[in-house]
Amino acid sequence: MTSTQSQSNAPLLRMEGIGKRYGGVRALDSASLVVESGRIHAILGENGAGKSTLIKIMAGVVAPDEGQMLLKDQAVSFRSPAEAAAAGIACVFQELSLIPDLSVADNISISNPPRRLGLIDRKAQRRLSEEALARAGAGDIHPRALVRDLPLSRRQLVEIAKALAWMPRILILDEATSALTASDVTKVFAVLKRLRAEGLAILYISHRMHEIAELADECTVFRNGRNVASYAAGTRSNSEVVEMMIGREVSSAFPPKPAARIHAAPVLSCKNLGWSDRLRDISLEVRPGEVVGLGGLDGQGQRELLLGLFGVLRGTSGTISIDGAARSITSPGAARAGTIGMALIPEDRKTEGLLLPMTVRENLSFAALDRLSRHGVIDRDRENASIEEMVRLLAIKTAGADTPVGALSGGNQQKVVIAKWLTRRPRILLLNDPTRGIDVGTKQEIYQLLRRLAEEGSAILFYSTDYDELIGCCDRVLVLYDGKIVKELAGGEITERALISSALNVQTEPEAAA
Amino acid sequence: MSEWRYWLNEQRGTLIGLAIFVLMFAVYIANHPAGLTANVAQTAANKGVLLAFVAMAQAMVVITAGIDLSVGMILVLTNCLASWIVVGTPMQTTAGVLGVLLAGTICGAINGLLVIKGRLQPIVATIATGAVYFGLALLLRPFPGGAVNEDLADAVTGRIFGIIPSSLVVMLVVVLLVWLPFRRSEIGRAAYAAGSAEAAAFMSGVPIRRAKLVAYTLAGLLAGVGGLFLTFFTYTGEAAYASGSGYTLWSIAAVVLGGVSLYGGRGSAVGAIFGAFAARTTGDMLFVFDVDPLWQPLLQGIVLLIAISIGAIGLLRVRNRLEWFR
Repeated sequence: MTSTQSQSNAPLLRMEGIGKRYGGVRALDSASLVVESGRIHAILGENGAGKSTLIKIMAGVVAPDEGQMLLKDQAVSFRSPAEAAAAGIACVFQELSLIPDLSVADNISISNPPRRLGLIDRKAQRRLSEEALARAGAGDIHPRALVRDLPLSRRQLVEIAKALAWMPRILILDEATSALTASDVTKVFAVLKRLRAEGLAILYISHRMHEIAELADECTVFRNGRNVASYAAGTRSNSEVVEMMIGREVSSAFPPKPAARIHAAPVLSCKNLGWSDRLRDISLEVRPGEVVGLGGLDGQGQRELLLGLFGVLRGTSGTISIDGAARSITSPGAARAGTIGMALIPEDRKTEGLLLPMTVRENLSFAALDRLSRHGVIDRDRENASIEEMVRLLAIKTAGADTPVGALSGGNQQKVVIAKWLTRRPRILLLNDPTRGIDVGTKQEIYQLLRRLAEEGSAILFYSTDYDELIGCCDRVLVLYDGKIVKELAGGEITERALISSALNVQTEPEAAA
Repeated sequence: MSEWRYWLNEQRGTLIGLAIFVLMFAVYIANHPAGLTANVAQTAANKGVLLAFVAMAQAMVVITAGIDLSVGMILVLTNCLASWIVVGTPMQTTAGVLGVLLAGTICGAINGLLVIKGRLQPIVATIATGAVYFGLALLLRPFPGGAVNEDLADAVTGRIFGIIPSSLVVMLVVVLLVWLPFRRSEIGRAAYAAGSAEAAAFMSGVPIRRAKLVAYTLAGLLAGVGGLFLTFFTYTGEAAYASGSGYTLWSIAAVVLGGVSLYGGRGSAVGAIFGAFAARTTGDMLFVFDVDPLWQPLLQGIVLLIAISIGAIGLLRVRNRLEWFR
């Protein structure tokens, strides 16, 4: 079944042959989509399938490289979110776009406030925002409340009201319910159903299968930047949907995994770790020589887990043990200290990993200055020896140790981030999506390196948004959903099917043999 | 009832600034040998208003999450300029006043253009322009001197109906003509938005760059009003470097005392006015308590440190330590 409708009137929005590249990565490849009025259309796909890029194109945030968009058979292209909004496409983004220090009413009419005599007409603004809030089912939010005083779930409703204030014909919700409490989700659903009855077209991006089942009229599955299937909601089983989402091209070779060393005592473990509502009751163990993966959809608490272990978060509950003894780790400085020996390769190398204008030398020695110094003075000989070793070990391509790190390629920058921590010879290595945005060759070198470090006895905890990496690199994978570990996969159980279905937190029929 | 609570919440910073000032002023008056006479009020108002204009200027820029370290030097430059041109017949004097205000506005616009078009960091850009403005002031007035239309000077620094300090009335007019329209306009809201969450403001299509330019320009205008006032107050022009840097420093202190967040997005110029009066009162208070002048700078510094610490209390609630650096 396809979504092509043989009605005489043109669909509200038709996207055809859309392509978009980011550098060498093809995010969308001749994708198409048809959006009809009065329908809720769900978009599914795993991490990196191209959903977000598609939405950003519709909302005027990025421009497509190829293809066309037809709004009621009229070709359109948007240069800014404001242009898209003026054409009737409003988007509620996952990352909030609200201004915390302004009031709810100010935020709702921020893009186009009502004016009188050149100044903002506060009475009209108040009226407008009350209407929009009521339409968003959030009539209990006071227009004068400051956004920063509202809890996250209320802010999300304000965000929806802000989109509705544009009187859009198409409303896009990108993971808009991920921050909401269950009772708020129910409210939002009632609102969305009413808006559908009013004739609005709603595009709904969510990873929550039960939400889609409850809400959507039709679904489109994306894979590798293309729409691979469209079907009427409820006509496919969960395992069929998972099947459609599978099928990435495997592009990297992985080093062989040795037999697991189960007998070793865990070097890192945590019990019942919790933090605000992002981490719930997490218990895990990592043994020396083991590469443990963290899987699941993006933003299910994996980053917070790594930050929590590394002493960045305040007010965590539960216990973290090193070599079986409970330790309180209150800062990255404490986490890296001798008896713990932890290192974290952060997600954003440009802000958290590197000091871009400084040299390769300075970056490489930063995390280990205490070890390279004698009486507080940096020992140049020792530093040089350590740098040479690291440049050779990781094959960092640089004109010299005194080149600014910002001048290196992305892959080599990432190697510097990793090498910086290896200088300390960490016993526990935490990695936060270390291969994002780097080339295939460097990726493979990093896989080899991780395996070698494990063989030398390091314990590795590795979050990746790339399922292939988890399958190819890890001895075990812990899958997180909504801040909890929902599944542990080991050895041969780590398959794309198992990863996707546990990431979506759905049961698929056991008969399916991958 | 609930409306009122929201209003209170919006104005919290400003009201805290007002409370600090009222408290300090009450203590000051209670210990003043003469008590609250029209004369005491007039002197306090004149000194306070002078800093208040500079503090308002600073608040404009700080709201956009910037900073203007040249406000004190714009004050000195416009003071020197005023001591040349705000003289003569009423017509000439009026032209002179407009000329001084224009000069201040141009100084502010230059700051804004450097920060926005030149993409320089506000702190370095305004240190450099501040040095230039002082250099110009020195060329205008190598030695203290000059004159000002004394009728006008006496009128705006005197009293109306024998009790109301006319400087306060002038300040009120400036608030009504400059601050309120700014605050209520789309540009003003954009300034707050840019200071609060620049990326979110950009994504919402808010004119961030225009708002910042207007904020810096109006800051120059307000500092120019301050310079004009200094001339009315002293009848002369003087290119005093220490005085210029002192005004810049105290403008930042006043802004913080008045509840304007140095991180941007919060507070108001009205709060900065109260902050300025509170800051002035600290100085006067040390005087009535007969503190050794040698100790006054130290004590003022400590008071300032305490006030600024109060503003940082929010950081204690942060749960993700990475947010300290954002």
